[in-house]
Amino acid sequence: MSDVSFVVNGKRVSGAAEDRTLLVHFLRENLGLTGTHVGCDTSQCGACVVHVDGRAVKSCSMLAVQASGSTVVTIEGLANGADLHPVQAAFKEHHGLQCGFCTPGMIMTATDMIARHPEGLDEATVRTELEGNICRCTGYHNIVKAILAASKTMAKASKGKAKQAA
Amino acid sequence: MYAVNYHRAASVADAAKLMKSGDAKLLSGGMTLIPAMKTRLAAPSDLVDLSRIKDLQGVKVSGKTVTIGAATTHHDVANDEKLRKACPALAHLASLIGDPAVRHKGTIGGSVANNDPAADYPAALLALGATIVTNKREIAAAKFFTGLFETALKDGEIITAVSFTAPARAAYEKFRNPASRYAIVGVFVAKGKDGVSVAVTGAGDEGVFRSKEIEAALAKNFAASALEGLKVPAKNLMTDIHASAEYRASLIAVMAKRAVAAASA
Repeated sequence: MSDVSFVVNGKRVSGAAEDRTLLVHFLRENLGLTGTHVGCDTSQCGACVVHVDGRAVKSCSMLAVQASGSTVVTIEGLANGADLHPVQAAFKEHHGLQCGFCTPGMIMTATDMIARHPEGLDEATVRTELEGNICRCTGYHNIVKAILAASKTMAKASKGKAKQAA
Repeated sequence: MYAVNYHRAASVADAAKLMKSGDAKLLSGGMTLIPAMKTRLAAPSDLVDLSRIKDLQGVKVSGKTVTIGAATTHHDVANDEKLRKACPALAHLASLIGDPAVRHKGTIGGSVANNDPAADYPAALLALGATIVTNKREIAAAKFFTGLFETALKDGEIITAVSFTAPARAAYEKFRNPASRYAIVGVFVAKGKDGVSVAVTGAGDEGVFRSKEIEAALAKNFAASALEGLKVPAKNLMTDIHASAEYRASLIAVMAKRAVAAASA
């Protein structure tokens, strides 16, 4: 057993867990954050993607204790109260989901992707970057549309902020 | 996963000490080891986590000498500006491993120590004539990769870095399995002051190897056209559900041609 202690969605949390506990199980079972899904459980599908210290990782392929001391963001940490995160809003607007099971991982991957490409995204880049996330419903088309739209909205918003600051 | 005791090493010396506990294994990014433990293909009693040791992270380029810390992630190798200038082929290779989330965790040291027969880095290190630096000694890549998942590492020995001299020209071309993204055949071509070397991953019965036939042809003329009609022998190549030995032999020549063209561009 180890003490696992990290900041999740801005809140410091801690708890005891067996060393073999996977991060995804700690999030879901100890913290009740069931937005992060277990899909394939073999690190292929990306339904379990969360951000650890600002980087998208597969929480089914990482021990909870490995993340101790880190900052973790899950799908529950994106929206600001009732206001959806721009990526969540874009998935809603462009119908980037059908059953929704892969959506939390898709959105966490998308926010990481957009942050790593401040120069903007094109369709080929989005499709390549989605390699680690599998969707069995949509055929990806609307997911790609949603990510491209969110990338544009977020670029505009950050330019607006920069103008305000100036 | 069977029960395991986790230890976070503060330094390489600390890790070496911790490795003496039970049947311990080193943990770096864990992108192979954790899935292997989940399926009980691996069941170490203890895990010694190297990923937070700062000394093991980062890329250094000094003149033509490139040194990459063992705990540097694929993402950081792919995006290092100094490396992209000194040896863009290696940065490009790192960008082709797994997917973005895997590249955020997986490390060069972990990949090299695991020596998966379809891993990308072994081809690069063998073709670049790299040195694998451990906490005990320095090992030439040619002596390091000894077979499928086998290396010259002794029990408890820890890779701290890999280093090599930046080649004049190099490129890596990979024919990926469409599902797993692993190389069915990957060919790394490097042209440096010691001539041309060509290393092949994904195809060999005994893991990564150098293709003498292709090297001989390219030594005379470093051009894709020098490989026209060249037959790579299928002997000692793998046959599995994805590709026969003959198909792999053919792919080696095709990937080598593409790599030479890319290196010459």
